[in-house]
Amino acid sequence: MNAIITSAVCGVIMMFSSVFVENKKTYRHIAAVLLLLLLAVNVADTYGIRLFHIDTKGMLLFDRFGYFFNSIAIASTLIYVVLTGRDIEKVGTYTAEYFVLIFFVLCGVTILSSYNTLLMLFLGIEILSIPLYILTGADKRNLKSNEAALKYFLMGSFSTGIMLMGITLIYGATGTFDIYVTPKETITGQPAIVYSLLESAGLILMMISIGFKVSAAPFHFWTPDVYDGSPGVFTSFMATIVKAAGFIAFIKLFDARADASGVEANAFTGVDWKMLFAILIVSTLLIGNITAVFQQSVKRMMAYSSIAQAGFMLFALFSLNDVAKEGLLLYAAAYSLASIGIFAIMVKMKDHTFEGYNGLSKTQPVLAATNTIFLLSLAGIPLTAGFFAKYYMLASVMKTSGYLWLVIVGVVFAAVSVYYYFRVIQAMYFKDGEATITEEVSKGFKVGIIVLAGLIILFGILPQSLLQWFYF
Amino acid sequence: MIPLLLIVVPLVTGLISFFIKDDKTVKGWALISSVVTFAIALAGAASHDKLLFDTTWLPLLGSRFSLQLDGMAKMLTLLTGVSFPLVFASISSNNYPRSFNFYALMLLMQAGLMGVFLSADVLLFYFFWELALIPAYFLCSQWGGEKRIQVTFKFFIYTFIGSLLMLVGILYLYYKTPEHSFAIKDFYALKLTAKEQGFAFWLFFIAFAIKMPIFPFHTWQPDTYEQSSTAVTMILSGVMVKMGLYAVIRWILPIFPTAVEKFSHLIILLSVIGMLYASLIAIRQNDIKRMIAYSSIAHIGLMSAAIFANQQVGLQGVMVQMFNHGVNVIGLWIVTDAIEQQLGTRKFSELGGLAQKAQGLAILFVVMALANVALPLTNAFIGEFLMFNGLFRYNIWMAVIALISIILAAVYTLNAVQKIFYGETNELTERAYDSGSNVKLSLVVITIVVIILGVYPEPILRLTNDTVNAVLATIK
Repeated sequence: MNAIITSAVCGVIMMFSSVFVENKKTYRHIAAVLLLLLLAVNVADTYGIRLFHIDTKGMLLFDRFGYFFNSIAIASTLIYVVLTGRDIEKVGTYTAEYFVLIFFVLCGVTILSSYNTLLMLFLGIEILSIPLYILTGADKRNLKSNEAALKYFLMGSFSTGIMLMGITLIYGATGTFDIYVTPKETITGQPAIVYSLLESAGLILMMISIGFKVSAAPFHFWTPDVYDGSPGVFTSFMATIVKAAGFIAFIKLFDARADASGVEANAFTGVDWKMLFAILIVSTLLIGNITAVFQQSVKRMMAYSSIAQAGFMLFALFSLNDVAKEGLLLYAAAYSLASIGIFAIMVKMKDHTFEGYNGLSKTQPVLAATNTIFLLSLAGIPLTAGFFAKYYMLASVMKTSGYLWLVIVGVVFAAVSVYYYFRVIQAMYFKDGEATITEEVSKGFKVGIIVLAGLIILFGILPQSLLQWFYF
Repeated sequence: MIPLLLIVVPLVTGLISFFIKDDKTVKGWALISSVVTFAIALAGAASHDKLLFDTTWLPLLGSRFSLQLDGMAKMLTLLTGVSFPLVFASISSNNYPRSFNFYALMLLMQAGLMGVFLSADVLLFYFFWELALIPAYFLCSQWGGEKRIQVTFKFFIYTFIGSLLMLVGILYLYYKTPEHSFAIKDFYALKLTAKEQGFAFWLFFIAFAIKMPIFPFHTWQPDTYEQSSTAVTMILSGVMVKMGLYAVIRWILPIFPTAVEKFSHLIILLSVIGMLYASLIAIRQNDIKRMIAYSSIAHIGLMSAAIFANQQVGLQGVMVQMFNHGVNVIGLWIVTDAIEQQLGTRKFSELGGLAQKAQGLAILFVVMALANVALPLTNAFIGEFLMFNGLFRYNIWMAVIALISIILAAVYTLNAVQKIFYGETNELTERAYDSGSNVKLSLVVITIVVIILGVYPEPILRLTNDTVNAVLATIK
């Protein structure tokens, strides 16, 4: 509860700061301090210190999983703001408002990590999405940014519609918004099969709509254009923290339904969910990875890579066991941190194509070395957090015996992903060129990015240094 | 403590090397570090017991940071330990752009290799397996021939797919262990059905087969050896390929005895085909590096065949030969590098008559060449004799066919000696001179090893005896 209210209040504070504070450079410092406060408040909540006592009538349920994800999301945002704060200033004139929107997105994220009814799920998704539509179009003199915003908005509204329809059907089947309640045997004497059908149809619609939010194929078509069109700094935010929040919402919903139905996780409501998710996974991995191979710009490659990474996170949805939930948290952290790092370096580059990175190791050795660590992490190479993230995902499927083929499909695509991540490394280290950055990077930025790379290596050697907070 | 030091010393000195920007200092630093590591490896090999190191690492997953230094590990850490000083000494007069990166990555690779040979935990083993690969990728792509980037990339993707399949296999077995642990003893204690074994066997074996490499997984190897800088090739062919052989003995034989019995015939057949095929191609090569690369495939093929023949004498031969092949092949590469640094070519057609100009180099190369042919009194003879003995007991026809490769080895090796060192000098080799004392020193050390172990192989046999018996005991 602390985090939900505080993030909204922080948003408001930020908004007023734009009235009272003239200097544009101060905003990012204010935002960083507020994020630190938000993080502290959330951690306090985890330890049982409640600042607000509000009876939510069971609409929100706060558990360790949610708190822990909030902390990951807020900490990632903090790192993101510290690293790319200067670049946010460059996007347009309304600097303070960008931070306001980021806080509102965080408010949506914290709702998504603790919803207990479909109504709150819907609210969370909307609170998260609407600021994002605005951020996408933040560079308002740029046609591509405008196009991206409009496209995102239209497609997003469409998926919201589908979600509402799904919620309606589930409500029809259960008579409540509570995600833990399954259809009663008979409510009005009718056979249960009707409710079961209604519920399955509703859940499939929910799957499509959240699949859209996390850009799972075949609902991914908006992703490359929106990620490419919107300002790089906001792509970074969208592709990492927001996407991870989508997955948390996703797994909470399906975990709850599987829990409540009390039957084998893959057969509740009589639909073979495992098979549906397997199809979703394979198509997402296929489209994300194969298309990323053919990209010429790092920004677009990262857009497709985010689809490919979503395919890996979907493994958690497939297996829905304890390993999967733990792994999803680790994955969210590993993926977000590495992507934030890559984007933070990318927005400093003059040329966003692969050629633009040629020879970066000679002109900017620190940026090249840390970028390499981030890329290795995304590729899932041991000693980086990305390895354990992928390890947990594969292990969760392996624990569900009988789906070995899916694990093998997963590792094959992990090998494909090496191809496009390593292209950047090759450009930076082995090709000759004069990679130029737009302006001299500050010492603070270098320290920040080294710390980030250090975190990734730390989680890659001792993942429990992160996961222990889940069990303390 | 010794097992841990073997990893930590190269790791830490390697990381420090990134910051030593002076060329001379970093060369000295790397040499000192590798000599220290060698001394530790010697101390480890000299101790009579199996040395262990164990500490907690991933309690949530059931994986521990546990290292063991048994006979086979002693032999291989000794090989790794002796290789790096030899390599560093022989290349000390070469120039590498941004040499601090070069030496740092070399030392990191050494740490990875040591870890692979020492791990007594499967997940840890996987970690080091990859840790050895990443520096190799950077080393091969940054220094070497013109096509190095593409070629190394092929090498990387190839081995990475293999490793990932192994990871799937590891996970598969992990969930079969009663208490979900990665410890080596829990994996050894697994009771798997024939079907489970047959299937998990391939997940592991493909990774190792790519690394060795055995036919038909060898296509990355000649290109990579040719394109990468010779100093790196020394380590790749001298030490890194032993990772594959080592892993088969350490993991596959004890965990999948039934599958080994079932598939050994097929794998021996592939190995023997690979031996003949690689030897025939080696004869046709015009480039010294490619010739040695193919000759290496043939030698590895024999070792893999001898492993799967499952005979005590054959396995002992593999142990001896892993060490000997590593040392000998490094000797061959050192000569190659000396020639290339001096004359700028590796083509047989452009060389000739070097013996008149560089007598010392010629004599030492002939010793290496004779060892490559496995002539009696050289160390390779003992190893190959034992391996053929094992293969012979397994299947006489396989042994006979494999023996042809010995004749072919004589053809291409002696041919190389003749074309490089004898005959008339040409315009290019007219200007040649004998190589520096650092190169000669390395080669003399190798020559001494070749001859001593050729006459008295007992130390290595005794060192690795416990592993051989332990492995055979788990199978029978």
